[in-house]
Amino acid sequence: MKKCYFDHVATNPLHPEVLDAMMPYFREEFGNPLSVYEYGVTAKNAIEEARGKVAGLINSKPSEIIFTSSGAEANNFALRGIAIARQNDGKHLIVSRVEHHSVLNSARFLEKSGFTVTYIPVDKKGFVDPDTVRKAITKETILISVTHASSEVGTIEPLKDIVKVARERNITVHSDAVATTGNIPVDVKDLGVDLLSMAAHQFYGPKGAGGIYIRQGLRIAPLIYGGIQESGRRAGTENVPAIVGMGKAAEMAGAEMQSRIEYLRPLRDRIIYVMSGIKNVYLTGGDKENRLPGHASFCVEFIEGEAMLLLLASKGIFSASGSACSSKALKASPVLLSMGIPSGLAQGSIVFSLGTGNTPEDIDYLLNEFQLVIKRLREISPYAQGWGDKEGGA
Amino acid sequence: MKFVENIKPDVTTDIVYMMCPMHLLKLEEQMKELGQGQILEIMTDYDGALEDIPEWCGKTGNEFLGMEDSGDFFKFYIKKMAR
Repeated sequence: MKKCYFDHVATNPLHPEVLDAMMPYFREEFGNPLSVYEYGVTAKNAIEEARGKVAGLINSKPSEIIFTSSGAEANNFALRGIAIARQNDGKHLIVSRVEHHSVLNSARFLEKSGFTVTYIPVDKKGFVDPDTVRKAITKETILISVTHASSEVGTIEPLKDIVKVARERNITVHSDAVATTGNIPVDVKDLGVDLLSMAAHQFYGPKGAGGIYIRQGLRIAPLIYGGIQESGRRAGTENVPAIVGMGKAAEMAGAEMQSRIEYLRPLRDRIIYVMSGIKNVYLTGGDKENRLPGHASFCVEFIEGEAMLLLLASKGIFSASGSACSSKALKASPVLLSMGIPSGLAQGSIVFSLGTGNTPEDIDYLLNEFQLVIKRLREISPYAQGWGDKEGGA
Repeated sequence: MKFVENIKPDVTTDIVYMMCPMHLLKLEEQMKELGQGQILEIMTDYDGALEDIPEWCGKTGNEFLGMEDSGDFFKFYIKKMAR
């Protein structure tokens, strides 16, 4: 059976050249980067080379990159680390409602630890309004965390405008850029953020490698205590093969970014064009310009996302409904609810996220099968026959 | 411990929240960059530095000028004497 993977926001396949770069560090170059002899020096040099490549991808200094195990760790580090380091300046944080769970749950943890958090709503396209952020600021505000783009609805947030608001009040700004780094241009100097999270597997690198940009001079308390790895900011023996892979993937993403974007956009736009023509199918998230290049997300009325996923999977088409977590929990996505989408409609969420391995033929196959799936599910849906409560949810 | 005030450093290194033994590694790294007679200021929250930094100065022949406690962290002042 044909297999088409359309869930690149969940993860990407490892690029073969990235795997080749990693392999020696699984085998002969197994040294601990802290060791002073040859094995250690080789491993340490490999990490520093990778750091330079990741820094090059986001226009930072190499010393401003700290490797982590994941984007989630980077987000935890940013929120908890800044909250602790700046608690004498204030105890109020602002985060958007469309953040990843690693940001939202870190914020909730901090609420239990004596901090207060304002959760900023988004508009119907998923945009955070910088004016709303400004109004939420108090004398106690120390940190604003807004994602660069939501992986669920693909909306690219107006980060530069949010940073401007924060600068007026000396507030630290963090952005979860896991969905964007390596996929669209991310320039930390241009954006003006103080901290930025990323994950290698979102740009054809390995799982188990993430990173955080920490602007030079910014104080942040560690999340993981121990030794002097990562300039004494993140303890634990480094995952050398994964870090090397992240560096290689970053180098390739930087070199190929424009061609990848130009390849993905027309495929995405074709999905949006065809799907938007189906009755009661609604595009969710930002417009074409302010949306991830390979991202097409919809809500399909009268149908549950989970049912669509399973039927599509039976045809070898792999996609997502809401975030990975809400999909597992069979809940309506909090991101969609925060955009004002009624819970019934939000249950019919489906996300197609494309990668460079997808072909135009794959898109034809998807569009054909997906229309059949919608037709079949609507035939058996009680809601489609008019006795459901469209606002109340399935 | 010798406390000092209003020392004008030539170079400042902020390693607040960076883990032990970064205070010694950064100290050594920064002192290599300094010219003779220049003063380094190290800011750290690590209380082990209270013993380590004066001791390091004694061992390496550099002058420990003193420290300032700013509440949340310490400031150490070291004058480069040794080559």
